[in-house]
Amino acid sequence: MSGRQVLMKGNEAIAEGAVAAGCRYFFGYPITPQNEIPEYMSRRLPEVGGVFVQSESEVAAINMVFGASACGVRAMTSSSSPGISLKQEGISYLAGAELPALIVNIQRGGPGLGNISASQGDYFQATKGGGHGDYRMLVYAPSNVQEAYDLVIKAFDKADEYRTPVMVLGDGILGQTMEPLVLRKPKARRFDKGWALTGCEGRAPNVVKSLFMGEGELERMNLLRQKKYDRMRAREVMCEEYMAEDAELAVVAFGTAGRIAKAAVRLARERGIKAGLIRPVTLFPFPDRVVQKAAKTASRFLVVEMNTGQMVEDVRLAVDAARPVGFYGRPGGGVPTPAELLKVFGRELRKI
Amino acid sequence: MKQVFKRPDSLKDVPFRFCPGCSHGTLHRMVAQAIDELGVREKTIGIAPVGCAVFAYDYFNFDVLEVAHGRPPAACTGMKRAMPDRLIFSYQGDGDLAAIGMSEIIHAANRGENFTVIFVNNATYGMTGGQMAPTTLVGQKTTTTPKGRAVHGEGYPIRVSEMLATLETPYYIERTAMDCAKNVIKTRNAIKKAFTYQMDGRGFTFVEVLSICPVNWGMTPLEAMDWCGGPMKEYFPVGVFKDEGKRVV
Ligand SMILES: Cc1ncc(C[n+]2csc(CCOP(=O)(O)OP(=O)(O)O)c2C)c(N)n1
Ligand code: SF4
Repeated sequence: MSGRQVLMKGNEAIAEGAVAAGCRYFFGYPITPQNEIPEYMSRRLPEVGGVFVQSESEVAAINMVFGASACGVRAMTSSSSPGISLKQEGISYLAGAELPALIVNIQRGGPGLGNISASQGDYFQATKGGGHGDYRMLVYAPSNVQEAYDLVIKAFDKADEYRTPVMVLGDGILGQTMEPLVLRKPKARRFDKGWALTGCEGRAPNVVKSLFMGEGELERMNLLRQKKYDRMRAREVMCEEYMAEDAELAVVAFGTAGRIAKAAVRLARERGIKAGLIRPVTLFPFPDRVVQKAAKTASRFLVVEMNTGQMVEDVRLAVDAARPVGFYGRPGGGVPTPAELLKVFGRELRKI
Repeated sequence: MKQVFKRPDSLKDVPFRFCPGCSHGTLHRMVAQAIDELGVREKTIGIAPVGCAVFAYDYFNFDVLEVAHGRPPAACTGMKRAMPDRLIFSYQGDGDLAAIGMSEIIHAANRGENFTVIFVNNATYGMTGGQMAPTTLVGQKTTTTPKGRAVHGEGYPIRVSEMLATLETPYYIERTAMDCAKNVIKTRNAIKKAFTYQMDGRGFTFVEVLSICPVNWGMTPLEAMDWCGGPMKEYFPVGVFKDEGKRVV
């Protein structure tokens, strides 16, 4: 299928990206708006000698991923917000046992059962350790179908490289939008998985665990993991900048909100308004430096999110009071239009 | 001189740190012997549960995965699907399997996953200090049932083997007891049978083992063995609940 252009929904592109990345094990439980991922995998994986299991719950699914990953294979699960809440214990265990895995969250409105509209209400959960304990994980936030496909491929490599769970954080709009997509055959990177549980033939037994009861043992482990997170901070930041160099108003938005904000920035520039976009592609690690660079030229920041204000806290931390940071949010399934954002830009600029 | 007793290769050369008389140590040894006898140590991956057996990897001399409380059957599903030719087993307590993990065990059994579960029923939560388990007997005193388990409000103890045997898919389900030497050997044989079925690709196999926890039962090991062979066995009868390998086709 490599190099071919196809028309696919975001959810299908995520599934196909996983197959291209060599993932052969999918475990998941149905929930809207991500059902196309398990449905696609139930057809596609058997074609390539893989395994699809519809689990009895999200809790079971993440633990199936845990077991498969412990054997050294590439495994994933996907869900939407309520189901991702149930996976948090398992994500914490993956982080604790340092097992690679991909978790896809196609967010919907919350809290509770919320609704099935697109939302970005799970930013905190994804980036601040939704599960217990002192861990981080790489979080990628694609804003279109091609990027979703490409980031899923990247996510598997990074999961193996750092031995960490990785999240791809999308939303219902990304999952359901159909767009042209160029398929590719990524170069297979090889990772040493000497730690994997494969049966101890010709070697000493391997143990994969997250319990460290010895005196000072867990503190040492957590400090070691912290070094790993620091390496991610140093090397893995990804961010799109659009007309940001000379912007007076620096707009920061991710995922679907980022895509809409980009259209709004384009409209603003057509009208001579000097807006620019910073779109974090990795939410952890957060592109602090890009934001700090913008603080040198822009006189004001505006964070746009489809929630009541989550990433804005990270922007404020990065800006460190050097510039005012405004916020515009549409929670609970509300989606801003570019025209709507254009008006907000005007309001913000009048404050300058 | 012929050596008549030796440590199984599948056990590391370290002393067990369970309480005196606890069934876990003996049962670990029985599992190790079964694996040795089948010659599959280097193909085995075991699961350490959350419970007193969490340190299984300190004792077992083969690959071990430690899994969240109650989730071993899900993790085993992922492992076995990834490595179908390995011997994979979970070793779970009654809190792990029959309370927090009841969903995972039923569905893994129902899918007919080709791994083995060793279910240690000691009628209490050992590790957390002797609270009520789903298998605590009616009237049995625990730290959370100080007056004894009452049917009204706490329900009857759950007979997991019988319940799983109502499913069509499981291949082999047996309950044994650790109340005397003879039955310990029977337990080992049941485990060996389950492992053999698994290696033949027959499907889901389950061995429930009535075990003793003298410390939390407030008994000496000998009293505990008697209680296991008495009231416990009366409520949880030992025997084979399912053995598709025995069915005359
Ligand atoms: C999610 C979660 N809840 C509770 C606990 C605390 N906990 C540890 S072991 C255990 C019960 C162990 O009892 P059992 O499974 O019967 O095994 P035993 O110790 O008797 O061998 C509990 C409740 C935990 N570790 N994780
Ligand atoms: S508390 Fe009970 S189950 Fe745990 S080691 Fe002691 S005797 Fe064994």
